[in-house]
Amino acid sequence: MLRVTGLTKSYRSAGEDVAVLRGVDLTVATGESVALTGESGSGKSTLLHLIAGLDAADGGEIALADINVSGLNDAGRAELRRDRLGLVFQQFNLIPSLSVADNLVFQSRIAGRHDAAWHDELVERLGLKNLLRRYPEQLSGGQQQRVAIGRALAPKPLLLLADEPTGNLDEDTADEVLHLARDLVARTGCGFLMVTHSARLAATLDRQVNLHAGVIA
Amino acid sequence: MRRPLWILAVLLSHWRRHPMQLATLLIGLISATALWSGVQALNQQARIAYDRAAATFGGSRTAMLVSKDSTTFPQQLFVDLRRAGWPVSPMLEGRVQIDGRSFRLLGVEPVTLPSEVGNAPAVGRGSLQAFVTPPGEMLVAGETLRDLGLKEGDRPQANGTSLPPLRVQAELAPGALVVDIGIAQDILKMPGQVARLLVGKSKAPHATLESVAGDKLRLVEPSAESDLERLTDSFHLNLTAFGLLSFFVGLFIVNSAIGLAFEQRLPMLRTLRACGVSARLLNTVLVIELVSLALVAGLIGLVCGYVIAAALLPDVAASLRGLYGAQIPGQLSLKPVWWFAGIAISILGALAAAAASLAKAIRMPVLATAQPQAWQQAQRRWLMFQSAAALAVFAVAAVLIQFGDSLIAGFAVLAALMLGAALILPMVLQIALALGQRSARAPVGIWFWADSRQQLSGLSLALMALLLALAVNVGVGTMVESFSRTFLVWLDGRLAADVYISAASDAQAKQIKAWLHDRPEVEAILPGGRADTQLGGAPIEVLGLPDHATYRDNWPLLESTANAWVRLRPGDTCLVSEQLSRRMKLAIGDHIEVPAPGGNWPLEIVGIYADYGNPKGQIAVNFAALTRRFPQTPQTRLGLRVAPDEIAPLITALQAKFGLDDRNVADQATMKRESKRVFNRTFSVTAALNAFTLGVAGIALLTSLLTLANSRLPQLAPLWAIGLTRRRLAALELLKTMAVALITALFALPLGLLVAWCLLAIVNVKAFGWRLPFHVFPLQLIELLAVAMAAALCAAALPVARLARMQPATLIRTFVNER
Repeated sequence: MLRVTGLTKSYRSAGEDVAVLRGVDLTVATGESVALTGESGSGKSTLLHLIAGLDAADGGEIALADINVSGLNDAGRAELRRDRLGLVFQQFNLIPSLSVADNLVFQSRIAGRHDAAWHDELVERLGLKNLLRRYPEQLSGGQQQRVAIGRALAPKPLLLLADEPTGNLDEDTADEVLHLARDLVARTGCGFLMVTHSARLAATLDRQVNLHAGVIA
Repeated sequence: MRRPLWILAVLLSHWRRHPMQLATLLIGLISATALWSGVQALNQQARIAYDRAAATFGGSRTAMLVSKDSTTFPQQLFVDLRRAGWPVSPMLEGRVQIDGRSFRLLGVEPVTLPSEVGNAPAVGRGSLQAFVTPPGEMLVAGETLRDLGLKEGDRPQANGTSLPPLRVQAELAPGALVVDIGIAQDILKMPGQVARLLVGKSKAPHATLESVAGDKLRLVEPSAESDLERLTDSFHLNLTAFGLLSFFVGLFIVNSAIGLAFEQRLPMLRTLRACGVSARLLNTVLVIELVSLALVAGLIGLVCGYVIAAALLPDVAASLRGLYGAQIPGQLSLKPVWWFAGIAISILGALAAAAASLAKAIRMPVLATAQPQAWQQAQRRWLMFQSAAALAVFAVAAVLIQFGDSLIAGFAVLAALMLGAALILPMVLQIALALGQRSARAPVGIWFWADSRQQLSGLSLALMALLLALAVNVGVGTMVESFSRTFLVWLDGRLAADVYISAASDAQAKQIKAWLHDRPEVEAILPGGRADTQLGGAPIEVLGLPDHATYRDNWPLLESTANAWVRLRPGDTCLVSEQLSRRMKLAIGDHIEVPAPGGNWPLEIVGIYADYGNPKGQIAVNFAALTRRFPQTPQTRLGLRVAPDEIAPLITALQAKFGLDDRNVADQATMKRESKRVFNRTFSVTAALNAFTLGVAGIALLTSLLTLANSRLPQLAPLWAIGLTRRRLAALELLKTMAVALITALFALPLGLLVAWCLLAIVNVKAFGWRLPFHVFPLQLIELLAVAMAAALCAAALPVARLARMQPATLIRTFVNER
């Protein structure tokens, strides 16, 4: 479903080009969950951002189902994120002025893919029923991340991308959140690519891919 | 369609969670729109009145033929020109006194009046027969009828004769009396005379002017502006400048509110983009949101503007009447274009204030790039650029002072000075705070100055608004005070007689004079009079002054030849008013030719005198010479020198003997009191706008501080964590605000004095034709400084009180959220 081929990306820092990705090849199949690990600065987040269309690669190709992500312009990449992808970040990135209920339906609504039954199931499975009227600032980190996962999965994306989704959570909460994410991913049948530092959490997914010095080790 | 609505709902949800910020934004937009549209409403109201006057009189908007060397010419020329195919219509104009009050009498010939003259052709249309057949009809505006305290059909007395019955003609300008020209010739005792011929736009071929009238007449081309419009331009420009200043100060608030909202919503915008909202859609919805808010604020602002205009209209009308003799109705009637323009200005203002934030949103990368160092460097570069721009603007001001020679150039100097000062203010504050930091020794002291510097970028717009408002207050305050002081001294000289009488007619004036001659307490009778004529194509007054020590000793001459008063006696010399001398570039020793009924009157200028508040140019001549050259001059005005103790009994006796009321006879003190009242009222509009501007600047400071307060918690929380109490932190925050406000206010004082100098030495001279001496009023400056500090204190009080009462949990959250 996701095929990354020969992906390269470099940044300019202090007047020098720093190559972050030096030809990354990666695939994620439908329904497969993959952990992307690697030391700090290895390019994990950059890779995730390129797949999400948040940034543009210097070279190589990204294909998601029948879409050539590398060939999309800004509007096309925005459409891809809206309709085909779900994104979960370490900082939760909820909209602070919207209630939990509104945050949950936000992406499915703007994608025009709102499914009331699926929404109810998400609320139920994520244990958000009693939190729907609260605002993000009134939630704990674990609760916020559950809302973020719900928002990302509400439009039933092809691929869920998570960048250190448990980085701000304690161990127990992290386990709980990841357990929920895996369950819901399995329920939707979408692919799941998660960046993580934790070998323990990475081991709970179907496959681990290690990124080292800009290439898959 | 649902997608943009969803995004709009998300954007709007920010305001629901931050109502104070929304209030700030709306207050800014409402005050900007209200002050701007209020001033525009006043200007529009006045222009409607001028149009009415211009249309009624067939004034300068209509081409006309006037005598080359006299105020009137024989009616036969009209007959000759009509026969030669000229589409001309005769008019006669003069002044009549009704109950001691002067009115403009206009004689028209309704059958030949050209249709382009305006509403004048409608005069008498309904009852042409009644209008032209004796006793005829006298058409007046409803306001004039009310002023006279008469009703339709009444026949007031003037110059010893009964005037035609009054009839209301709504379109007429207040203060004008319109009769048939034949009746006007009788009333004004000018049989067979015509003042001008209005020229219609008929295309019919006609003979050349010279072939019919020889060199007796000259053609005056129509001008787009009426006399009143020209005269009052400076007043309206002044109002507009104030409106514009308030508008910009209001936009400072909008800018600061939008800027903060944008910063706070940055993560939200990024999340929206991450969730698949395209940049184009997001920016479109951001603009739609802003326009919607501007629409709401614009509507409220317009209502407030209407209220402001309605409240200020009586004072503006009084100012225009006092300064220019313009009659403005007391009720607002606004054209639809005013409403549309108000909404448009609100939207444009909001877009302009949000331009920087919108540009940021358009360029915003989806991924956050935290580069505080780069940001600081960009700030420094911006500060340098801003200071360089300020110096360039100051250079423009210097060039304009040197070479500019118009009212617009005067206002441009003012605008350049204020813009330059506003631009350079952040640099001035940076330098002052850096000096403070260098002198500090204690750690908290060092932090105090360093943190103040860091805060500057967030506060600088509000401080600029405060600087401009204070400078304008100092400038206008100094100008008004200088004017007031000069005016009072001048008034003492001009109103030197002890009692002033305005008789109902020449005959009554003669009776009064005869009676006064037998009164021992009357030391001198000083007859006065004035005639209207033209000089250099503009209307002027010729004032007759009797040869008496009262004038010789008191009349405020600015410059004169030796023995000017003696040289005035024979009637071949004159004094000219300062504004006339400036307008026509006349100097002592110059010669002028004044058109008079018997032909041009050659006069040598022997003095220049101050004539504040008079929109017309004026020359003063010997009274006896005036009555010889202008025999029709009403001789109804008398001044008396009376022993102080005898003034009140004499006035009572005069009133009893001749049936005079308070309007016809007044003592010097009453006249001065009335003049001062008119003077003060003239500047009450300026004072009100001054106060509004300062108020808006105070709000700008408050909103900036409120909006900064939240983002400053990460800076304050660590100090609280290491042992500074919340109360002490609050006190330090208050002190910081007061410190930057004080530096700004101190900078505003010299700037304000410079503004005052510009107003006195450039704008007033160009606008009114007089130059006033420049005075500095230290007490006034101290007072304004105190007002500025009080405004800063009020603005800082709320955020500081919040900080002092802040729950520790809120401060702790800062660390929890720290990234």
